[in-house]
Parts: sequence; C-alpha cells; structure tokens
Amino acid sequence: MRALDRKLFRELLGMKGQALAIAAVVAGGTATYVLSSSTLDTLQGSQARIYREFRFASVFANCKRAPRQLLERIAGIDGVQAVEARVAVPGNLYLPEFPDPVTAQVLSLPDSGQPLLNRLHLRSGRLPEYGRDQEVVLSDGFASAHKVQPGVSFTATVYGRRRKLTVVGIASSPEFIYQLQPGSIIPDFKSYAILWMNREPLEAAFNMKEAFNQISLEVGRGGSPEDVILRLDRLLAPYGGQGAHTRRDQISHRYLSEEFRQLKQMATVFPVIFLAVAAFLLNVVITRLMATQRSQIAILKAFGYTTPAIVIHFLKLAAVIVLIGVGMGIAAGTWMGRGMVTLYMEVYRFPYLDFVLRPGVVAGAAVIALAAAALGAVQAVIQYASEAPAQAMQPASPGLYKPTLLERLGLGRGLTQPTRMIWRNLERRPWKALLSIAGVAASASILVMGGFWGDAVDFMVLFQFQRAQRDDLTVTFIEPISEKALYSLVSLPGVTYIEPMRTVPVQLRNAHRTYRTTLQGLDNGGDLRRLLNTQMAVTELPPEGLVITDYLAGMLAVKPGDRLTVETLEGRKAVVEVPVASLVKEFVGVSAYMERGALNRLLREGNSISGAYMAAERERSAEIHKRLRDMPVIAATSARARILQSFYETMARQMLIFAFFNTILAATIAIGVIYNTARIAFSERSRELASLRVLGYTRGEISYILLGELAILVLAAIPLGLWMGNRLATFMANSMQSDLFRVPSVVTPWSYSFATLIILIAAVLSGASVRRKLDRMDLVEVLKTRE
Amino acid sequence: MTIPQESIFKARSLTKVYDMGEVQVQALRGVDFDLYAGEMLVLLGPSGSGKSTLLNILGGLDRATAGTVAYRDLDLSHANEKQLTQYRRRHVGFVFQFYNLIPSLTAKENVAAVTEIAENPYSPEEALKLVGLEDRMNHFPSQLSGGQQQRVAIARAIAKRPAVLLCDEPTGALDSETGVLVLEAIDTVNRTLGTATAVITHNADISRMADRVVHMSNGHVQSVDVNAERRSPRELHW
Ligand SMILES: Nc1ncnc2c1ncn2[C@@H]1O[C@H](COP(=O)(O)OP(=O)(O)OP(=O)(O)O)[C@@H](O)[C@H]1O
Ligand SMILES: [Mg+2]
Repeated sequence: MRALDRKLFRELLGMKGQALAIAAVVAGGTATYVLSSSTLDTLQGSQARIYREFRFASVFANCKRAPRQLLERIAGIDGVQAVEARVAVPGNLYLPEFPDPVTAQVLSLPDSGQPLLNRLHLRSGRLPEYGRDQEVVLSDGFASAHKVQPGVSFTATVYGRRRKLTVVGIASSPEFIYQLQPGSIIPDFKSYAILWMNREPLEAAFNMKEAFNQISLEVGRGGSPEDVILRLDRLLAPYGGQGAHTRRDQISHRYLSEEFRQLKQMATVFPVIFLAVAAFLLNVVITRLMATQRSQIAILKAFGYTTPAIVIHFLKLAAVIVLIGVGMGIAAGTWMGRGMVTLYMEVYRFPYLDFVLRPGVVAGAAVIALAAAALGAVQAVIQYASEAPAQAMQPASPGLYKPTLLERLGLGRGLTQPTRMIWRNLERRPWKALLSIAGVAASASILVMGGFWGDAVDFMVLFQFQRAQRDDLTVTFIEPISEKALYSLVSLPGVTYIEPMRTVPVQLRNAHRTYRTTLQGLDNGGDLRRLLNTQMAVTELPPEGLVITDYLAGMLAVKPGDRLTVETLEGRKAVVEVPVASLVKEFVGVSAYMERGALNRLLREGNSISGAYMAAERERSAEIHKRLRDMPVIAATSARARILQSFYETMARQMLIFAFFNTILAATIAIGVIYNTARIAFSERSRELASLRVLGYTRGEISYILLGELAILVLAAIPLGLWMGNRLATFMANSMQSDLFRVPSVVTPWSYSFATLIILIAAVLSGASVRRKLDRMDLVEVLKTRE
Repeated sequence: MTIPQESIFKARSLTKVYDMGEVQVQALRGVDFDLYAGEMLVLLGPSGSGKSTLLNILGGLDRATAGTVAYRDLDLSHANEKQLTQYRRRHVGFVFQFYNLIPSLTAKENVAAVTEIAENPYSPEEALKLVGLEDRMNHFPSQLSGGQQQRVAIARAIAKRPAVLLCDEPTGALDSETGVLVLEAIDTVNRTLGTATAVITHNADISRMADRVVHMSNGHVQSVDVNAERRSPRELHW
C-alpha cells in the first residue's frame, strides 16, 4: 500500500484549500466541545473539591432572632453532623476614593475564628483576633476590585451605626463563589462586599446578644435533608424562621448549577451543528474526488486491489482531514478553555481553579468527529469503490439534465443559456443544493445567536433599569418606620424626588405550590419604581389584591382572578387570602406587589415604610451619601447608576470575547461550505466553462455561471439562517428561564444585519478565490483531456 | 480547381517553447504557414509534431514564443487577453476531439449559447439543419450519440458565421462511419458557407477531402501538397 499512501498524500496536497476548510469546520466543532467540556470539568471538579475542603453546608435557614441555646437541640436532629450559626447584618462601606456607597453583608465569625462550616479560604492576612472588635476579613472580589490590602481602614455603617474597621485578611468562601447583591444577576465587585467580623461586637451592634439569625447545617451521609429541614423549621418557627432550604436554593450554588447546565448545552448544540456540516462537506468532497478518479479506481481494481482496500484508502483520506481538524480543535479548545477559566475566575470567586482536560474528552472528541466523517464519506466511497472496473473505465456519459420546473411551466422563454445552466444545475441535485443552503444557514443562525446575547442584555437593561427601576438611589431602613421619615430624606440637598416603599418577606401559596419572595408595597402614580406589563406599558396597582410577576404566576399556577394565600414572615404573622389582580413582566427575580395602603392594612401597621427610592442630582451624590451615612435609621444605600455601569462592564467584556469567537466559528462554517461548494462546482464544470471561453465568452461571463449559482445558494440561505437564528435564540432564552432571571428573546435588526454581512463577506471571499482560479484556467489543458 | 489566394492567416517564423522548468520543449521551430479564404486545409503529422500547438495559436487559445501571426489585420502575437476573447467571439469556430458540449443545455441551447453573444449569427435551427440534426434539437447531450454530439459541436462552432473553422481531430473518438457523417458536415459548411477550414487528423485518407495538405514533423512544416481534386467524404475509406 506504500504507493497508494503516496497517492493519498499528493491528493491531500492537491486539495489543501478544501481539506483545510473542512478541517477548520471539524476544528470548530471539536474546539467548542473541548472548550465547554473541559470548562465544565474544571468548574465541577474544583467546586466539588472546594465544597469538601471548606465544608460547604447542606442545609441553610434564616430566622429573625433565635437564642443560641437552641443550637443544642438543632444539633440533636437526626442526621445533623455539624451546626454553624451566625449573625448577618446589612451595612454600607465607604471607601475614601470611591464616591458611591458600597452595600455590604456583614457576617459574624465564631469565637474560635474559623467557622465549622462554610470555612473561609484566606488569600492573605489572617482572621480577626478574639477581642479585636474593629478587625474584619473582606471578600476577595471586592478587595481586588478596589486593590484593598490587609491593613487598610475604612468607615462602615453597620445596622445604622458608624464605625471604623480595619482589614486584617482577604478571603473567599464556598458560600459566595458567586457573590451577588440581592436583586442583581451579575456580581458587582466594586459595590458589593462581604465582611466577616467577630461575633461579640456584631451581636452587640445588632441587638443580638447570644442570638443568631442565620444557620447552616451539615447533614451526614445517612441523613435526609428533607427530614432535617422539617424538624429545623419546626424548631425555628417561634423565632421567625423563614423556612430552611438545601443547596439547591442557595444563591451561589444555584447560579453555578445554571452555568453548568448552559455549558452542557453548549457542549452538545454547537458540536452537533459543526460536525453535521463537516460530514456534509466530506461527503461532497470525497464524492467529487472519487468521481474524477473513477477510471483510476477501475485500473487499481484491474491490477488486483480489492474493493475493501480501495474503500479504506479513501476513508483514510477522510480520516486524515478529520484528524487534522481534531488536532487543531483540541489545541484551540484547550487554549480557549484556559482563557475561559481565567474569565470565570473573574466572575466566580473560586479559591482556585485547576484546569483539567480529561483524556476521555480528547478521545471522545476524536471518536465523535471520526464518526461524523464516516457518516459523510462511507456512502460515497462504497458507491464508487464497488463499481465494476469495466464499467468504470468507460468515459462518463454527459450528466443527465432536464428542463427545470420553471421551463416546463413555460416560464423559461427569456432565459439566457448561462442562466439556464445555473438553474438546471441546481435542480439536477436538489439535495446537494438544499444541504449547502442548510450549511450556510446554520452559520448565519450561529451569528444571529451571537448577536442575540448582546441584544438580550441591552433589552433587559432598557426594561429593568430605564423603564421599571428609574431611581438614582435606594435606601432601606433598619426596620419599618413611620412615613414621616420621608421628610428628612426629601430635604437632603440634591434629592429631587422620593417614593416610599414597604417590603415584607412572604410565602405565597396556592394549594401545594409555595414560593418565598418579598411583597412590595408601592404607591400608584410613581415615577421611579414602575411596574410594566408584557407590552412594556405601565400598570397601575389595584386598590386591593396582588400584582405578581408573570413567571411567578406560572410557578404557582395562578392567573388573574385566582386567590393566593399570603403568609407574612416578618412582624405580625398574618395568613390571608388575597386575589391576584394582574400580572407584570420582570426579567430579574420574581416579586409580588400591592398598593402600599392595602399592604399596610394587611399588616395592620399604619403608614410605615421600609425604604425609599430617590431621584437625585448626580453632581451632588457625594454630599448626599455623606448625609445618608450619618442617618442611623438607614441600613443600606445602593446606587442604581453604579449597578448599571458595573453590569455593563462585566457583560461587555464577556460579550466581546464571546462574540469574537462566535463570529470566527460561524465564519468558519460559512467559508467551509461556500468555498467547498464553489471549488467543487469549479472542478465539475471547468470543462464547460473552458468550452464557453473558447466560444468567445469573457471571463466575467463565465464567472456569472459559477458565481451566480453560489449567489443563489447564499441568498436562499440568508433568510433561512436568520429565521433559524431567531428560533435558536428563542430556544436558548427559553432554556434559561428560571425564577432567578429570564432572558428576553429579542433579536435586533442590527444582529440580523451583522449575520448577513458576515455571510456575504464569506461568500465574496470564497467567490473571489474561485474567480481567480477561473481566470487562471488553462483552456487547452482542460479541453484536450477526456473527462 | 482554382485556389483563392487571399490569405486570412499569415504565420511567419513561428516558434513555441514550453518552459517546464528544467526541460524546455520546442513544439514549433520556425513555422511559416498560410490559410487562404474559403479553402479546406488538412494538417497531417506524427504525434507530437506540433499540429495542435499551431492550431491553438491560430485560434487565440495560446500565444507563440517568437515569430508573428496575424489574422487579416489583427496581430495575434501582440493581442491581449481581452482582444483574444473578442477575436474568438467574432471570427473563430472550434471543434475538438472531445465534443465539449454543455451537458445541462439541449442541442439547440448549446448553439444558442453562441448565437446569443454573436453579431448576426445563424439561428440555432439553421445551424443544426446544416449538420443534419434538425430533428434532434431538443435533446440533451446525454441523449445523443458521439457523432451527433460532434455535429452539434460543429453547428455550435459555425453558428456565428466565423471566417475560420478550426478542427482538432474531430473524428478521433469516432468510428469511420460516424466519422464520415461528421466530415460531411464540415465539408458542407466549407462548401456552402465558404468558411476557411483547417482540420487536424492522423488519417492520411482524410487529407483527400482537402484543397491543400500541410505535413508537419518535429515542429516544422515539412511540405505542402496541393490536391488536384478534392474528394467528398463519402468517397473516403479508412
Ligand atoms: N502544455 C504543454 N506543456 C509542455 N509541453 C507541451 C504542452 N503541450 C504540448 N507540448 C509538447 O509540444 C509538442 C507538440 O505538441 P502538440 O500537442 O502540438 O502535438 P500534436 O502534433 O498535436 O500531437 P498529437 O497528434 O499527438 O495530438 C509535444 O512534444 C508536446 O509534448
Ligand atoms: Mg494534437
């Protein structure tokens, strides 16, 4: 077989452009597979190790205020292996260089320093020493965003009280791998921090002496988390227990799980598209190659080569192309995977991430790609290899053509001969034409989907931050206070407008379906916090009854007119039935709303408020923050502009990287399909085209025949691809719906245009390269040989 | 019979060297050649003697290395690609050993492919009638025999009323009976339309249908015979 192998090698060189284009498509599929699989393995592996090493708890609960004596009974619950209780307090930090208030979650550390569960991973410094009340450990995301080192001091308000704190350590925690400010979906390390400090000073500040409001448990191997939750809830109920939950509802863990799910999806959807395209391309290229070698194959067989030997010979060619692609794909996928892991490290605060590329992933990639190649090539190879030599040595008779449907209908009268050639050629092999169209369309759809991410983010920002939440500042009070507090806020210099709100944690129930969320009381006619319906129009709150997010209505299986049981989880415990009045659209979280007066009546609390939305002059924000900091009733302040900016910064970086790779991958498919189609058309038809040149046709005129056919394929593929992209975007958006956030399935004209542009560029490049071949065609050479 | 002496092709000291890197192949070594208006000329010679090379240069498919060649007033040796295309479009008809029809077009449409871009052509019907294929006009190449395909190729070549018809082994792929039909078509075109015709062949018998016979060998014109009598293809045997 040595001579045959040399033949194979030369043929490969002869079609290196086409082989490379196919290898690139295979590489695209392999790279996305390796990228998403290795990233997934890395994240999951590190997560598991970190959870184990830092003892991530398995059951979590919040309550209002429970005495520490209760801990003994909790530890006694069957199956509970370890218990850790703490005090969690909202606060604000003020950094000298940073104008906006930083929202902080302040957590207590046990007297021993390191907690038993959800242990801290110290990146630098140390834990606070016993008795040093001003010492704190700072979350690493925030520390690196502000370049804070141990030793730095700053002012903070914890539960309305100002104090000076000193950073002694920087740490991460398995609880806060995804560090999310409540109400947000993207971590904002600049304006959200987690602080750990000693138990005693925090308990004192918060009025929680020898008490706790957060607890986490480790359930042993034999224990059932469900049973533990049941018992725990019962124990905590008298102390304002808000219902325990497992890891599944732990925010950081949930976001990680969502991310894993998306990676898994990416590990299948993209490789399938790429490898299907690669299989198709291999099929057409090998078919063409074998058609040109029909008589050579016959001669080999006449010399005594067996059919299987010839089948293997050509399959080897396909295998070599695919393996080159797999090699490139694994290299690219590993490289991108490492980059991706670094990117993840910016968003997910893993103490460490060890990049893993399992041999199984590499082998899997190769096997899947080879299977796709076999799928594409086998049929063509067997068909030609098993042809009887005598028959194969006959010259191929001219291809069978017939008038097109159009012409049979009598509509072909005015067509020029070149135009007729284009149409008849397309109609002669409709499957090939359709598959080429499908391939280019697949590429367009991937491009549309790339644009869709940006569009969705823009739309969410527009909807959520420019239409629904329009405040500059949100303040929340330590506890509900009288409406009169508004006067002192509105009189602040620079504050132009203010809207009160009342929030209360509730459990909503419809039969066996329950959901915990906050019920917000708002005033009608507000300008800062507005509720929008699905048409983005402002919805008024009814005098009685609930307005809930449409997604929540789906989860609870209620529609307007149905009744929900509302159980308040704070203050006066009330259980009341309230009708659902209407639904609103929201993309982040799920909430319930009521007219503020109605809510207060329900709570029997008079006109109290728990916070306010404020509009303020941007130039005076520093002054406003300074004044707010000095108001002891204010628990926390957050700045909307800041949230928006960081949302965009984080998103934009990731989007840009994503869009870049996405465009390259999609363009690979487009060029692969268009270039190969053009090359094969050129090789199949160079004889015809040369004849026409001899007859006096110009280069431009014969290019029309070849490139016209390409143009038709591309122009048919674009609308199909845009439509497919729209469907794919909707599918992706739907698959990401959860109560955490919903992704709107919007695609802007800009994304469609971008996809179209890239496809057209790919088409023009492929067309130009074939045009060059046409211009260089040696007429005499082409015509003197027998086909 | 008298031979019209107006020369439409004039080639002088024509040389063609194929530069193949290390080796240089001398295909033509100083050829002087004329083709007269309306005449039927046959080019004979052993394989590799340069017949096709000469014909391709005359037809504007290839360029000479040295020497001059002119079609009437047009200097082919210095024409550019665009001029050569226009020259082929207006004045030259080609017929090759392999018919090179366009498989996706019917016989009539294959001819129409030329008439569409020519000035004052015959209609495809007229051209096909001339080669005796008026009843096969709507057949695709795959539905025609080799000889019929070659006759369509001839119809296609002459449909633009070219001044010259160049045929490179037009019967090379055909049996003698079919070959005769093809030669008859060429003969008819030459006689009725007065198209100057050059036919390359390996077959000495065929040279009897010519006015003049040019013998080539090793890149030279060895001799030129003038036939006293021009036979009709029917009378030829091989
Ligand atoms: N493209 C080319 N490259 C290199 N050499 C060539 C090329 N075309 C022709 N030749 C050489 O030029 C010489 C003349 O070739 P040409 O085709 O004109 O011969 P011919 O008389 O037509 O022969 P035949 O009767 O076999 O067709 C030959 O030696 C041939 O090998
Ligand atoms: Mg020849």
